[in-house]
Amino acid sequence: MLAYGAMPPVGFVQSKYGDMVNSLTVSERHITDAVTAVNFDVRGFDTLGEEFILFTSVLGVVVLMRRQKDEPAGDHEDQLPGRTIPKPSDAARVMSFALVAPTVLFGLYIVTHGQVSPGGGFQGGVILASAPLLLYLCARYSDLKRVLPDKLVDISEAIGAAGYIVIGGACVALGGVFLQNLLPLGKSGTVTGGGMVAFIDLGVGLEVSGGLCTALLIYLEELLEDKEQ
Amino acid sequence: MSEQILRATILLFVAVGGSAVVLTRETAAQAMVVSFYGLLLSILFFVFQAPDVALSQLVVGALALPLMILLALARVKKQGQKQKRREQENT
Repeated sequence: MLAYGAMPPVGFVQSKYGDMVNSLTVSERHITDAVTAVNFDVRGFDTLGEEFILFTSVLGVVVLMRRQKDEPAGDHEDQLPGRTIPKPSDAARVMSFALVAPTVLFGLYIVTHGQVSPGGGFQGGVILASAPLLLYLCARYSDLKRVLPDKLVDISEAIGAAGYIVIGGACVALGGVFLQNLLPLGKSGTVTGGGMVAFIDLGVGLEVSGGLCTALLIYLEELLEDKEQ
Repeated sequence: MSEQILRATILLFVAVGGSAVVLTRETAAQAMVVSFYGLLLSILFFVFQAPDVALSQLVVGALALPLMILLALARVKKQGQKQKRREQENT
């Protein structure tokens, strides 16, 4: 309690960098969301490392849970004739079914409008990754696999992760610095503000949603497969 | 002034929520309480004017984390059941 009382009041700004970022992002970079501006425009290189943290951890999960050579593949438990797993309740299924499309739409909105309002690639990607989970809640695992085949998730994750580097490399190839914003800065407050940030946002959104969907599919597969041990 | 009250209230809720998570003993119930605690944390971040963090926390803390807990729990329970069944067949 003493420590809480002795701390400076909330919102006490001591950093000159914070002041500078707040006053300059709209006028100089045409981005109205300062967090996205710092993440993808002013300090874009750090975000590359952050994105690869997620990529590496998903890679670790994939490597840990890969099928060993002598483990046979079994049937999925919600397809066995006995149906050992109880079905989810009707209320849960209706709600999940109604929420899948709005979740995907909302996730896409958050990904593409990162430079206008709070959000960005990471947040939108995570929201997009929760849509297959809702789909699994209202249907069976085979339906989820049909909508979201392994190849699609892998390819989207790879495109997202490589896209960041490719965009940066394209900047170098066109004669600038790595990840320099070479596109014309559009009007602040619209999606075109910030130039290249829109594309980086899309890449990060693809990567995050692909990575989390991979992890989700692996966990569900691990759980539902009827393995003989 | 009302801002202070809102901040103090949400901090109090977070404290109570944290205690609730620790004091829930059954694992399946604890996963649900963790999910609600994640929602409380998301509101806390929002009240303290960090909406980006609140968005991420909402999905990760209220959705992905309880999901991982429940999946691990179900897997452990399934393994336990299989072992029991095999022991019953052997005896």
